[in-house]
Amino acid sequence: MSYEELLTKLALEDDRFVVMTAENRALVRNLPAKLGKRFVDTGITEQTMVGAAAGLALRGRIPVLHALATFLSMRAFEFIRTDAGIPNLPVKLSSFIPGFLSDGNGPTHQAVEDISIMRGIPNVTVFAAADEQDLVGMLPAIWASPNPAYVRINTRQTDYNHTPFEIGKAEVICEGTDVTILTYGLLFEQALVAVNILKEQGVSVGLVNMRSLKPVDEQAILKAAKSNLVVTLEDHFNIGGLYSIVAETLLKHQTTAKVMPYGLDGKWFKPALLPAVLEYEGFTGKQIAEKILGHTTNAIQPEIATPEFAE
Amino acid sequence: MSDLKDIAFKVRQHIIRMSTDGGCFVGASLSATDLIVYLYAEYLNINKDNLDDPNRDYLFLSKGHDVPALYGTFAEIGLMDPERLKNHLSTSDHIYWHPNTKIDGIEFHSGSLGHLPSVALGVALDIKMRGGNNKVICILGDGELNEGSCWEAVLVAGAHKLDNLIFVVDRNHFQANMATEDLIPLEPLHDKFTAFGAAVKRIDGHSFEALREAFNAYPFQEGKLNVVIADTVRGKGLPSIEARADRWFCNFNHDEVESLLKELAGEEVTELTSETLVVR
Repeated sequence: MSYEELLTKLALEDDRFVVMTAENRALVRNLPAKLGKRFVDTGITEQTMVGAAAGLALRGRIPVLHALATFLSMRAFEFIRTDAGIPNLPVKLSSFIPGFLSDGNGPTHQAVEDISIMRGIPNVTVFAAADEQDLVGMLPAIWASPNPAYVRINTRQTDYNHTPFEIGKAEVICEGTDVTILTYGLLFEQALVAVNILKEQGVSVGLVNMRSLKPVDEQAILKAAKSNLVVTLEDHFNIGGLYSIVAETLLKHQTTAKVMPYGLDGKWFKPALLPAVLEYEGFTGKQIAEKILGHTTNAIQPEIATPEFAE
Repeated sequence: MSDLKDIAFKVRQHIIRMSTDGGCFVGASLSATDLIVYLYAEYLNINKDNLDDPNRDYLFLSKGHDVPALYGTFAEIGLMDPERLKNHLSTSDHIYWHPNTKIDGIEFHSGSLGHLPSVALGVALDIKMRGGNNKVICILGDGELNEGSCWEAVLVAGAHKLDNLIFVVDRNHFQANMATEDLIPLEPLHDKFTAFGAAVKRIDGHSFEALREAFNAYPFQEGKLNVVIADTVRGKGLPSIEARADRWFCNFNHDEVESLLKELAGEEVTELTSETLVVR
């Protein structure tokens, strides 16, 4: 099932759902005809869309909002904090082309600080999908919860078959004693490649799809910390993202671990098509594995499909 | 009409009494008092028994500095126990410088300007979707119109033909610390709203006759956002502080409060020594 099919199904079953967009219909092209008045396009007005969503939520609606991740999380930031966060209204933010998925757009469109700023708002929950199956698996619970939610949308296909989603729980893909990779979103695809390479090299490796970043699965992090090395892999600045979440969690539980931050370190990424971005920035599965190993291998990096949307 | 004048007089007394021991935004509250009194005491279908009714009217106070006028009005029309006004700025209650929903009757918190036009828009949108005929009012400050989000909301309300939504501008001609026309000129304001697709009425915001005539013409034009520009006077009712840029936030001493109450009643001109606090 696709994102759009899921949203259509739930919205037709439950008239509390209102689908909104700030003129970004890539994910919801077929919904205007199906939802009629319950599809609301406010034009290129992210902050007004969020404020209006709060008003709709006051009347009992569940607004699901669509906009580019960078503009939704940053342009509308104070509206999310003040109009959805303070009153704890169920405003659901579907954040499109986050992180490396905005491949060729340049830094104006790069949401690589969104996890950091969204998780800083009390009441706002934060999620990131590893692929479309993960996304469609997580959204019913997120949309049914009473909290505002920020979801990094990822509609890419992988052949991984995900386990059922639970808010606040990570998905443990495999466990290992040498190294555990914690990741979320788009890089899950590359992490799977890295894990295969590492296993071939005789490394005992674990992989965790964090997917619920707030609330976060502290036990999954503490368990990962028992391996010799923890890698926080993310298409986000190291500051404020998963690296920070892991650091905060370890400190809270007065636990130490060797942690390798594997994210963007204080600069926006080089704009290009996605396969080239990953290669240039060092985020292909092969590069991730080799950096963890500290040496090159003769493993073959599978071809990376280009994203289906570019806006 | 005498009832409305009587209520407005009592509300102004409440505001003056709240302007000590920490103070409040006296000037902003007094300019909006007649407007708020008219809307709650006569026009809107909002009372203590229907707050949970989705078919009642709504009033959003985006210009949060005038919340003392709201507290005072609530006290006079039975939405709040008048005794609670003594809890202004006390941790024992929720009565402080900006609106919040822990006070029954307050629709939404405000304080950050330019937010409630869009929140009110969302409520109006839902009422339209459900085929309801309840009205949604949002009171904005004229200084607040500096915020671009206000104008976004006007555009979006027009696009969605929200003629059940009324934006009311408390046009007292002052922003926080200075005259609007000296900082970010707003005039011709009527033309600006008209150009943005709204149906606009400009009236004397201290005349109950003018308020009644304007609001009874609702909806001003089918399919258009209604805008009322209410020309008002900052500090209305107290000649010693009226229309003064330096009487935005006031924290008067108790003698001054007693003197201001007399001035409100037309008894004598007040000498004020307390300095204005700059809060923003």
